[in-house]
Amino acid sequence: MSYNINEKGYYGEFGGAYIPEMLYPNVEELRQNYLKVMAEPDFKSEFDKLLKDYVGRPSPLYFAKRLSEKYNTKIYLKREDLNHTGAHKINNTIGQILIAKRLGKHRIIAETGAGQHGVATATVCALMGLECIVYMGEIDIERQAPNVARMKMLGATVIPALSGSRTLKDATNEAIRDWINNPVDTHYIIGSVVGPHPYPDMVARFQAIVSEEIQWQLQEHEGTKKPDYVVACVGGGSNAAGAYYHFLEDTDVNLIAVEAAGLGVDSGESAATSVLGKEGIIHGSKTLLMQTTDGQITEPYSISAGLDYPGVGPMHAHLYKSGRAEFISITDDQAMKAGLELCKLEGIIPAIESSHALAIFEQKTFNPNDIVVLSLSGRGDKDLDTYINYFNL
Amino acid sequence: MNRIHQKLKADKKLLSIYFTAGYPNLNDTVSIIQELEQAGTDMIEIGLPFSDPLADGPTIQESSTKALKNGMTTEILFDQLKNIRKSVSIPLIIMGYFNPILQYGVKDFCKRCQEIGIDGLIIPDLPVDVYNENYKHIFESHGLINVFLITPQTSVERIHFIDSISNGFIYMVSSASVTGSQSGFGNEQTNYFKRIGSMNLKNPQIVGFGIKDHETFTQATKYTNGAIIGSEFIKFISDNPVTSISNFTKRIQP
Ligand SMILES: Cc1ncc(COP(=O)(O)O)c(C=O)c1O
Repeated sequence: MSYNINEKGYYGEFGGAYIPEMLYPNVEELRQNYLKVMAEPDFKSEFDKLLKDYVGRPSPLYFAKRLSEKYNTKIYLKREDLNHTGAHKINNTIGQILIAKRLGKHRIIAETGAGQHGVATATVCALMGLECIVYMGEIDIERQAPNVARMKMLGATVIPALSGSRTLKDATNEAIRDWINNPVDTHYIIGSVVGPHPYPDMVARFQAIVSEEIQWQLQEHEGTKKPDYVVACVGGGSNAAGAYYHFLEDTDVNLIAVEAAGLGVDSGESAATSVLGKEGIIHGSKTLLMQTTDGQITEPYSISAGLDYPGVGPMHAHLYKSGRAEFISITDDQAMKAGLELCKLEGIIPAIESSHALAIFEQKTFNPNDIVVLSLSGRGDKDLDTYINYFNL
Repeated sequence: MNRIHQKLKADKKLLSIYFTAGYPNLNDTVSIIQELEQAGTDMIEIGLPFSDPLADGPTIQESSTKALKNGMTTEILFDQLKNIRKSVSIPLIIMGYFNPILQYGVKDFCKRCQEIGIDGLIIPDLPVDVYNENYKHIFESHGLINVFLITPQTSVERIHFIDSISNGFIYMVSSASVTGSQSGFGNEQTNYFKRIGSMNLKNPQIVGFGIKDHETFTQATKYTNGAIIGSEFIKFISDNPVTSISNFTKRIQP
């Protein structure tokens, strides 16, 4: 069985492009060009150079000694938090803006929930001098004021999504509507491995730099390219896709996907899509999503705005259904505790998304010799308010 | 013969109207359909509301949100429609997004449509190739016509392909936009209507998106077979009683 995408744009039975005809020309243009453009030598060299000089790659693979001692196993942190703008999201926005430029687009749109992807998009638009419009749910605009300010400082226009539940899924709807209304000059930079084909594959390829680096970095540390486990949190699934990418077909490497359980998977306030979701269509992709029996998409909940999405990308739906990855859900409380623990043991303040991944060490026991690589997808600066309120700091 | 085919043979410009089932009130569905027929509407699109209607502008979105709040479900809609053919004879089409239909079960959905006397479906996010491969035989064996969309951006080659697999009419989206967002038609649209009109397609064409009054209806139907009104009717029904629907259709076709 293959765990990567097939030539029709599906991961197993998941994926595809379930889009209205109005979007067909845009998506088709991208589908026909993305691999071609990514293979061009000048694209590659510009992408690599920006990742190195602008983003600060390679990000370190750090052996977390005290954390490893506490859990009696070998834990390596892949430090995506040290990237420019503070998360893995920028790997993707750099790649997509270079594609957009080569396709002659001069207007960029994006959706954002927590604002991380919005900031990463506004950043690369400033870098390239392109117009940037970011759709953000009205409720998220209130919750994530500092990131809204960052986007504005970077020159982006932030448009509130006022429809539906006024959060990430509605911001995504609004971005798609904008694209329908502006089919010629606009590129839509999606922020995760979601949406119609070719987005999940394109975003996964841009994030694949993460596992590419893990391979050679682990070789330096441990004399092997293969970890026993790769652990990552999953909102839409892009940091996980990047951390898994070069290990997908190597079943010696165990993949662990960590979802947000919110207040608990049975509480009605959760974002654990693999547990609560069913197969269906969201944002143009056939995948697992949280929905009513009638097929209406429901609103998820997590303390972490970046994990607050009612679906997962089609790659992850396939990894779940095929059993290739183990899915674990972590509650708000477990994540917050693990986040604070990393601060105390390693001097690193993680994004709350990444804290969900860190919380698995309390849930699952590893062998002392196991090499566990964990994707530390982002830093906690954006989450200070949440940490302050939660811990009464 | 399917009622849509029969209707399309008539020598007139067809007025088709879309409304969202369950809006403004949960149980308005049947009376809206009856009033529309009496007011001279040629064909009706019954909107099955969806939480995330990607191709729709604010007016239809809000009506869908409200309809869902009112408690509309696929089952309730079918139940409301079960005796509709006792009182209504014009073509009825259900327009909805794919996920609710997928959850109901495509085959069961088609079966219920056939039992009720639904003539066709418009599912904007069911792509042509997926339909062809997986669902065409199910639709056809239940006597349902599936209607595909084209836009001003659709290539000539693709229009011919869509024409070849269509068996009813082609839904011409008037411009690159979501529903309800145009302010009248200009040269660009007229040229597009003309261009498609002169392609000699085997299927008649009906224009939708942005038709809101007599003028836009006339412009849209000059080179095509009819036009569909959605957002503008939703606005009307938000503010006026169901019994006054003929005031709306008179505005379009005085
Ligand atoms: C730091 C961080 N990690 C993870 C995520 C979740 O996204 P994904 O699952 O695509 O990696 C986000 C999204 O905003 C994020 O900001």
